[in-house]
Amino acid sequence: MKVAVIVFPGSNCDRDMFHAAGEIAGAEASLVWYTETHLLDSVDGILIPGGFSYGDYLRSGSMASTSNMMHKIQEHAEKGKPVLGVCNGFQILTEAGLLPGALMRNKNLSFMCHQEELIVEDNETIFTKLYEKKQIVRFPIAHGEGNYFCDEATLKELKDNNQIVFTYKNNPNGSVADIAGIRNKAGNVLGMMPHPERAVEALLRSEDGLSLFQSMIANWRSSNAVNA
Amino acid sequence: MQLTHNMDPEKMEQDRIYRDMGLSDEEFEKIKAILGRRPNFTETGIFSVMWSEHCSYKTSKPLLRKFPTEGPYVLQGPGEGAGIIDIGDEQAVVFKVESHNHPSAVEPYQGAATGVGGIIRDVFSMGARPIALMNSLRFGPLTTNRTSYLFSEVVAGIAGYGNCVGVPTVGGEVQFDDSYEDNPLVNAMCVGIINHKDIQKGIAAGIGNTILYAGPPTGRDGIHGATFASDDLAADSNKDRPAVQVGDPFMEKLLIEACLEVIHSDALVGMQDMGAAGLTSSASEMASKAGTGLEMNLDLVPQREQNMTAYEMMLSESQERMLLCVKAGREQEIIDIFEKYGLKSVPIGRVIQEKVFRIKHYGEVVVDIPVDSLADDAPVYHMPSREAEYYQAFQQMEVDTPFVSNYGGTLKQLLQQPTIASKEWVYDQYDSMVQTNTVVTPGSDAAIVRIKGTDKALAITTDCNSRYIYLDPAEGGKIAVAEAARNIVCSGAKPLGITDGLNFGNPTNPEIFWQMEKSVEGMSAACKALNTPVISGNVSLYNQSKGKSIYPTPVVGMVGLHESTAHITPSFFQEAGDMIYLIGEARNDFGGSELQFIQNGKYEGKAPQLDLNLEAERQEKLLHLIQKGALQSAHDLAEGGLGVALAESLFQNKKLGAEVVISGDATIELFSETQSRFLVTVKPHNQAAFEEVFTDAAKLGQVTAENQLIVTSNNETILQEDVAELETLWKGAIPCLLKSKA
Repeated sequence: MKVAVIVFPGSNCDRDMFHAAGEIAGAEASLVWYTETHLLDSVDGILIPGGFSYGDYLRSGSMASTSNMMHKIQEHAEKGKPVLGVCNGFQILTEAGLLPGALMRNKNLSFMCHQEELIVEDNETIFTKLYEKKQIVRFPIAHGEGNYFCDEATLKELKDNNQIVFTYKNNPNGSVADIAGIRNKAGNVLGMMPHPERAVEALLRSEDGLSLFQSMIANWRSSNAVNA
Repeated sequence: MQLTHNMDPEKMEQDRIYRDMGLSDEEFEKIKAILGRRPNFTETGIFSVMWSEHCSYKTSKPLLRKFPTEGPYVLQGPGEGAGIIDIGDEQAVVFKVESHNHPSAVEPYQGAATGVGGIIRDVFSMGARPIALMNSLRFGPLTTNRTSYLFSEVVAGIAGYGNCVGVPTVGGEVQFDDSYEDNPLVNAMCVGIINHKDIQKGIAAGIGNTILYAGPPTGRDGIHGATFASDDLAADSNKDRPAVQVGDPFMEKLLIEACLEVIHSDALVGMQDMGAAGLTSSASEMASKAGTGLEMNLDLVPQREQNMTAYEMMLSESQERMLLCVKAGREQEIIDIFEKYGLKSVPIGRVIQEKVFRIKHYGEVVVDIPVDSLADDAPVYHMPSREAEYYQAFQQMEVDTPFVSNYGGTLKQLLQQPTIASKEWVYDQYDSMVQTNTVVTPGSDAAIVRIKGTDKALAITTDCNSRYIYLDPAEGGKIAVAEAARNIVCSGAKPLGITDGLNFGNPTNPEIFWQMEKSVEGMSAACKALNTPVISGNVSLYNQSKGKSIYPTPVVGMVGLHESTAHITPSFFQEAGDMIYLIGEARNDFGGSELQFIQNGKYEGKAPQLDLNLEAERQEKLLHLIQKGALQSAHDLAEGGLGVALAESLFQNKKLGAEVVISGDATIELFSETQSRFLVTVKPHNQAAFEEVFTDAAKLGQVTAENQLIVTSNNETILQEDVAELETLWKGAIPCLLKSKA
């Protein structure tokens, strides 16, 4: 599986994502600079990493969301290509409208960085197939604006469509319904604040994120096998 | 502004305007002798910043020469942006600490943020990728709104910059004391990794080569920042706000990536960041080091504001700017790389044979100075030194063993002292994990980052117990280095070297200069004994306000090497059934201790004494045992002695407890701060191997599965506390102090 890790000016988890998806999980990963939109045509999945794209000036993720690269990603997403946005990547996806809701400042108004326990609410997505339903996993979080918000109608819709993929066991940031990660209706776009790419090696105190990348790869393999 | 800066040189001398820039009458005469004429306004400004303490080390130089700076693995000692130590496999570690004290006292968020930005630039300008940040912070007691404000904003500033730029802040230390009330300390350290072949130097070599300015345009911020940092902090220091720069971490992130791409181009000759004294220091130092001269045209310098004078441009400390020397004719290759990152880079001058620093503005030569005079001819002062009176009194003083009736209660008090209490409130705000190398996150003796692509890791710590140094600068200086090494060794790494952040009061006071002299001597002795050369550093003097000086605070930033990640050893207890040993006997050492402060509200008497031979021997044995895999955990004894070390070893959510038996005076055993001591745990099957090496270690007891800390003395339980309760107090102390002030 070929995956592109998108590098916006100010992305800073790009090489971590590259390391996790590529060197650890075994995907064929490449770093793609935000102007190289044509390179997306040849990949099977798109990873939007964390960081502070465009310094998070104006609003987290807002500037990147209007870039040509995001328009291109939207096209690929509409065709069903898997898109994962982590942390700033999730913020960009909500700003671009690929996922509903918004990420506000954490309840305590401070940046926070530590491991959190998450509950896998939905293990039927292409990103979570290798988890058990309701499995507790430990992922690091590192964000100042991870407080997920949406109105009640949207929340109802998220619930009705099983779009809530991860929730926090102990909500650290004030997110609505303890939401840590959601998918789009079609199921090929996942946005989440916690960092699976920081949890792929026992040396770094959690390997729980590995299954996420492996699910994505396994899904691609099986769907490709069918096509072949 | 324009008018003032065009002031007639003769009038400037008559009115002694140079004094306002921090130059003395003698220094001004020396400048006249060097130039053979009166300097103009801009030249005077250039000399004043280059000859400021911050840039020239004119009073500290004689002391800095005492540091051991060489070793078999040292690739670059003091003098460049940062020092470099070989770690094998054609890789090296680059590190340096720098202070941003005065700016942080005036504008804490930006002061701290730009301190982080500056030290990162020092590291990547060498060609290294920054992989970790540390810091060392000092504030007054958390009992006033102002201190809470300074503390919160400094932490937010460090977080705001470091998190955005994508370099993990992996640890540090924070202490609180009266002496820092008006003059907080903010020292930031950056560690980078470099391949030998990528090592850069900040030189402007090759006659005819081009000087390239990269980064955002120059504004009027930070003018005379270096001079501001080289004087006492005035009561009306708010007026110095314009001397504080404003940081843009997004710009820095782009600059890092661009510069690390640029170093792979053989069109690059040299690169240096525009730090203190901006364009002036970077340009003149690059020429001076290369034995060349420079000619620059200020009309070409990108400018953010209109009508900037030559003086303003030369002295501005606008952030995130780099100066490069590029091979003539190949400028476009480098410009294209910066362009990819949306950064502007423009040729502003060239290298010339004549060893002068020549600046043109609006077609006129506005600066014409022999370039070496700026770096090499700065005056060196041998300041008078006098043994401090307070020290003489302390040496005569007998410190009694404090009276303790309730050991559990005293332990709880100690755990809530801000200096001992958990710093989680601080480090949770730092992204400590970005770059996915952080094996041991903040809160342990040393932070550990692995080196991708190898089985190696680096251990990093910052340390300085300034109370001991105040009581006894020589012993305290030794202790600062030894304690840093203890932290590194306990983690399982071999200490490689240090960077020093020397923070002192006003050196013209002979007693302050004596503190500097003695602490540097003590540190040097320890560096020699422990084989940790000083490879870089920073001096921050005049840290005093309203006539009150800070405690002498020479911060030690130490880096160690784990040859294998298998050697990484935690500082907390691991498993029920493990045997607990104490290495080193306690004596009646309460001078400068936390318990003394709790009981008397001050620090006095003799500091603990340190035997460097014993220290080196114990550290060596400990490292040997750790590398053999014979230890489960290792933690050094520091503030609060054994009692605090035992409690800290249990604060890791493992639901463990400990039962220990002590003999001798219980107060001394539990709370004395005698040096060179370690608390370790050993699996029963390693008991013999351990006791063979440490024949005199005391077997205290064992780790239990009950979440209780139980201490027995003379068959009587003198302390029995619920670990969860102790941990709650320890974790809650700082948030509680901040909340009660809000």
